[in-house]
Amino acid sequence: MIEVKHLTKQFGHHMAVDDISFTAKKGEILGFLGPNGAGKSTTMRMITGFFPPTSGTVIVGGNDILTQSIAARKKIGYLPENAPVYPDMTVNRYLDFCAEIRGFSGAAKRRRVDETLERCFLTSVRHQAVSTLSKGYKQRVCFAQSILHDPEYLIFDEPTDGLDPNQKHEVRLMIREMSTTKAIIFSTHILDEVDTVCSRAIIIADGKVVADDTPDGLRRRSAFHGSVVLTVQGTAPEGLENGLTELDGVASVSIVEIDGDRRTLRIFPDYPEVPVADRVIASAVKKGLEITSVFVEKGRLDDVFRDITTTTR
Amino acid sequence: MQNGNFLRNIWIIMKRELAGYFGSPVAYVFIVIFLLLTGFFTFYVSNFFEAGQADLNGFFQWHPWLFMFLVPSVAMRLWAEERRLGTIELLLTLPVTVTDVVLGKFLAAWCFIGIALSLTFPLVLTVIYLGNPDLGVIFCAYLGSFLMAGTFLSVGSMTSALTRSQVVSFILAVVACLFLILAGFAPVTAMLSGWAPIWLVDLVSSTSVLSHFASISRGVLDMRDLLYYLSVMVFMIVVNGVILQNRESA
Repeated sequence: MIEVKHLTKQFGHHMAVDDISFTAKKGEILGFLGPNGAGKSTTMRMITGFFPPTSGTVIVGGNDILTQSIAARKKIGYLPENAPVYPDMTVNRYLDFCAEIRGFSGAAKRRRVDETLERCFLTSVRHQAVSTLSKGYKQRVCFAQSILHDPEYLIFDEPTDGLDPNQKHEVRLMIREMSTTKAIIFSTHILDEVDTVCSRAIIIADGKVVADDTPDGLRRRSAFHGSVVLTVQGTAPEGLENGLTELDGVASVSIVEIDGDRRTLRIFPDYPEVPVADRVIASAVKKGLEITSVFVEKGRLDDVFRDITTTTR
Repeated sequence: MQNGNFLRNIWIIMKRELAGYFGSPVAYVFIVIFLLLTGFFTFYVSNFFEAGQADLNGFFQWHPWLFMFLVPSVAMRLWAEERRLGTIELLLTLPVTVTDVVLGKFLAAWCFIGIALSLTFPLVLTVIYLGNPDLGVIFCAYLGSFLMAGTFLSVGSMTSALTRSQVVSFILAVVACLFLILAGFAPVTAMLSGWAPIWLVDLVSSTSVLSHFASISRGVLDMRDLLYYLSVMVFMIVVNGVILQNRESA
């Protein structure tokens, strides 16, 4: 378990990270969200022991990153932002170095390196200098060094940044594959990623935690959560909106779009947990309208994200 | 166990650094320039052959001045480059201490300069072929030269940790090395001795690498000279570590 306790970092007069606390358990993939400059990277750098916090601390698997730094670092795999790797080294040499410094030697080292190369699809470029590789490969080399020693805790700072959609997909698959036995914290500003990968998301803004919830939980905070979006075709009789408003459990109706005799309505329920879709449909059918589409909005993460990160300012 | 890890970590970091030097053109350019310059000064400025003496004074007397520029050019990339590339973030989050990394990098660079220095061996063979030199003196001079390079390197490594820019690091290191040389440079001590008390002149010149290098390269191995070099190096390396430990950004 990674326990982040009252972590604070001050640069001069600027509070980059302001009293952040959270925990990440094994089996969890924790998405770390926030606008640029919110303090994501600073927090990750303190968790990995790159620089010490102004106050507070981090406990990594029972070891304090400040007082038992080496023991704590051994359990962490870290992929920094922009995936830095020595450009003059070959992929093989670099991973050799990483394996040696992590305490492997001889046959165990070779096996480790070979396995990791294979897992990250790097075997074909193993003898190439890192400077000759494309961005996606470089990212993978850096990813490889972070999982080489099979750490219990993984910290990824924007692991999919700058990758093409296929590569993004691969990285996400790898992250999910590893998550069963590890605790993974990764930062991103791609909200789809949170949905497809994370079991929990923390949103920070201005150095503070403003939300800590599951992706579904976050979505529930959306004003649109539970609303029914209905598109009907046909000469809409006057009062369709009014008729819907009078239904049990419907709070209000708004018109999203009118296009000729096709109109799209959004029906907000009184309580998002109480479904109203069946009654809405029945009512529309009774009015002799053709329903072209209907769905229940789950709420959009980007709306929630924008709401949370802008209102706190 | 801690001790074993300490040496092992330093060794691994050193190996990686050295591989890095020889994996890029920097190493070869440095070695060629160093050999060309020492050759030029020894043969054309000191007139090695015409001097008719079986010693290498005409070779070693230039070392402080050459190292003043060449050593900072090796040292400038030590930390500034890591910071620029961002690799420092991985290096300093590995399960190693700052001391391991600072020493590993320093020793690798020192070792590299040692390799360049040892490639001047044909000069020793020449002087042996031509006459009967005192090999003890030559050995001492090489040792003194190597220690002086280490001293300059520790200064350069420290200035490299201060900044992300290699150019700034280089200039700072050259200026610092210049001070270390000039404090014992004859014209400067002569200027001082005109008015300053003798103890002050001695004090100033004793902070200079030049006076310590002079006595070693005459073949006098004095503990005080060795102590001088080692203490400057230790001091600079400690400062280097403190700077890294207190850095606030990548």
